[in-house]
Amino acid sequence: MADTQVSGRSPVFAKAIKEGFVAGALALGLFLLIVGFRTDQNIRNELVLTQRWGLLAIFVLIAAVGRFLLTAYITPWFAARSRTKRVAAVREPSSIRKYFPKIGLLLLFLYPFVVIGVLAAYNGSWMGGLQGSLKYVDNFGIQILIYVMLAWGLNIVVGLAGLLDLGYVAFYAVGAYSYALLSAQFGLSFWLLLPMAGIFAALWGIMLGFPVLRLRGDYLAIVTLAFGEIIRLVLINWTVVTKGTFGISGIAKATLFGIPFTAGDGGFAKTFGLPMSGVYYKIFLYYLILLLALLTAWVTIRLRRMPIGRAWEALREDEIACRSLGINTTTTKLTAFATGAMFGGFAGSFFAARQGFVSPESFVFLESAIILAIVVLGGMGSLVGIAVAAAVMIGGTELLRELEFLKRIFGNDFTPELYRMLLFGLAMIVVMVWKPRGFVGNREPSAFLHKRKMVSSEFTKEGHG
Amino acid sequence: MSQEKALLSVENVETYYGNIRALSGVSVHADPGEIVTLIGANGAGKSTLMMTIFGMPRARTGRIVFDGKDITQLPAHEIARLRIAQSPEGRRIFPRMTVQENLQMGAGLDKMEYYDEDVRMVFDLFPRLKERINQRGGTLSGGEQQMLAIGRALMARPRLLLLDEPSLGLAPLIIKHIFEAIKELNKSTGLTVFLVEQNAFGALKLADRGYVMVNGIVTMSGSSKDLLANPEVRAAYLEGGRH
Repeated sequence: MADTQVSGRSPVFAKAIKEGFVAGALALGLFLLIVGFRTDQNIRNELVLTQRWGLLAIFVLIAAVGRFLLTAYITPWFAARSRTKRVAAVREPSSIRKYFPKIGLLLLFLYPFVVIGVLAAYNGSWMGGLQGSLKYVDNFGIQILIYVMLAWGLNIVVGLAGLLDLGYVAFYAVGAYSYALLSAQFGLSFWLLLPMAGIFAALWGIMLGFPVLRLRGDYLAIVTLAFGEIIRLVLINWTVVTKGTFGISGIAKATLFGIPFTAGDGGFAKTFGLPMSGVYYKIFLYYLILLLALLTAWVTIRLRRMPIGRAWEALREDEIACRSLGINTTTTKLTAFATGAMFGGFAGSFFAARQGFVSPESFVFLESAIILAIVVLGGMGSLVGIAVAAAVMIGGTELLRELEFLKRIFGNDFTPELYRMLLFGLAMIVVMVWKPRGFVGNREPSAFLHKRKMVSSEFTKEGHG
Repeated sequence: MSQEKALLSVENVETYYGNIRALSGVSVHADPGEIVTLIGANGAGKSTLMMTIFGMPRARTGRIVFDGKDITQLPAHEIARLRIAQSPEGRRIFPRMTVQENLQMGAGLDKMEYYDEDVRMVFDLFPRLKERINQRGGTLSGGEQQMLAIGRALMARPRLLLLDEPSLGLAPLIIKHIFEAIKELNKSTGLTVFLVEQNAFGALKLADRGYVMVNGIVTMSGSSKDLLANPEVRAAYLEGGRH
C-alpha cells in the first residue's frame, strides 16, 4: 500500500517541479517588461525608467510555486475526490444547502447588530461599536445589497426572459436622476419618489423594448449597449437640466416615515433618546435596501409561478414554439423589459438618496458589465446564486481596499483596489471552468397555478352535482 | 370539392422568403374529422406551408380560412387561440422545463380548467410521458420528445392539429407507435389532423387523403389509396425503401 503510494507520488512530484520551473520561466518572460520596468514622469516632464526587480521576483515566484502546488497537490486531490464522489453517487442535498436561503436571510437581518455588538466588545464601548460599524454596514452591507438588487432586477430580463441587456445601468440612472431632479425641483419626499422612479424607469424600459422587439442575442445586446450610452451622454450634455458632469448634489435624504435623520430636535436620535451618531441613517438605509432587494426577489418568485413568468422562461428557450402556443411574444418581451427596468429604477432612487450626489460618472458601461457578470456567475435565473456572486464580487472588491498588508509585500505605491478587474476576471474563469452554468446552474421547476386549478376543479364539480 | 364545409382551407397561397418564392399558388383543405397528409421531398415547401398557416411567415397572396374566418393576416398567437395547435418541425419542446411544465405551456397558461382532464388524456395516449413527468424536456429521448411535442399541442384542446414531420429521426418502431396514437386520437375524438411528412408510405397509410408537393407546387392530390397506387408516386416516394 505504502509502496504504491510512494511510487505513484514521485513521478507526479518530478512533473510538478518541472512544470513549476516552466511556469516561472514563462512568467519571467511575460512580466519582465510589464512589471520589471516602469516609466514615471518626473517633475520636468521627463520619462524616468525605474526597475522593480523585487516585484518581478514575487510575480515569478507566485507563478512557479502556484503551478507546482497545482500539479503536485491540488489536481491529484480533485481527482481523488471525484473518484470517491462517483462511488457515493446520489447524495441527498445537504441540510446546509437546503436551509441556506433562510439562514442567509436571518443573518442579513441581524448583520448590523452583530457588527455593532462585535465592535462594541472589541472597543470596550457602545459608541465605539456604533462608529466602527459605519464602514461595515455602509461599504459592505449597503454596497453589496445594491448590487444584489440590481442583479436580481437584471435577472428578470436576462435570466428569465433570455434577453441579453448590456445597458441595464441606464434604468439605474433614470431612477437616480428622477429622484434627484424631482426632489430638488418640487421637494417631494423619498417615499413618493421611490415608486415614481420605478415607474419612470419602467416606461423607459418599454421605450427601449419597442424598437428592439425583433432582435435577439448579439443584435439585442449591441442595441441595449447603445441605449445605455445614449442615456449617459444625454445626462452629460443636457446641462440645463442635469448640470452635466458636475452632477447634482445636496439631494434630500430619505426619512423614516417623516422622521429625518438630523441632529436637530425633531431628528431620529432625539426622538428615540439615542446618543447622536451618523450610523443610524446607514443602518436605516441598510434595512431599506435589504427590503427593496427582498421585494425584487419576492416579485420574481411570485412571477415565476404566474403565466407571465412562465412565458418569459418559455421565450428564453424557444420563441417560435412560444408563438405557436398562443403566447404574445411582443407583450411578453415588453413586460420583461419594463419589470426589470422598474427594479433598476428603485435601486437608482435609493442610490441617489444614499449618496446625496449623482453624476453621469456612476452610470458607465462598466457598471452594466459588472451587474451582468454577477448574473452570469451566479447562474442565470437563480436568486441565491446571484446573491452569493454579488457578495463575493462586490465584497471582494471592497475587501481589496482593506488589504493594507499587501503594501508591505508589493511596495508602498501598490493600490490593491485597482486590481478588482483582475479579481472579476479570475472569478469568471474559475466559475466558468468548474461550473459553466454559474454557481447554481440548474433551473428549479416552478410549481404552477396550484390554487387556481383547485378552485376551478371545485367549480366544475359543483356544476356537475 | 367540399371547400365550403372545410375546417381549414388554404387558397392560392404564395409565400416568399425575401425575393425567393417558396410556395406558388398552393391550395389545400382539410375537412372536419379527417387526417390529411402533405408529402414531398426535402425542400419542397411542406414546412413553409405549415408555418404560413401560422402566419410565420405571412402569405403574400391568397387566403387562409379556418372555420369560416380569414386568418391570413392574424398574428401567430391569435391563430393559436382559435385552437389550431402545432407540433413544429424539430419538435421545439422547452428543454430546461420539465415534462409537466411543457404540458402546462401547451394548455395556454391562463385557462387551466381542463388541465387535469387533458393531462390524463395525453398520458393515456403516451404512457411514457407519465413516467417522465418531472424530467427535463432536454433529457428525453428523441421519440419521447416527439411525444411531448404532440402532447403539448393536444393540451390546447385543438380543433385542428398540425404535425410537422413527427417521424423525423426516429426509429421505425417509435414512428409506428406515434402514428398509431394519432390514428387513435382521430378515431376517438374526431380531431382533424394535417400531417406533413417525408415518410410517404407511413403517412399515406395513416391518412384519408393526401397531397404531393414538389418545389412549392401541389402536383397531385387524392385519396390515400389512389396515391399509394399511383405509379408516379410509387416511383418518386415509395420504391427504393419503405421508411
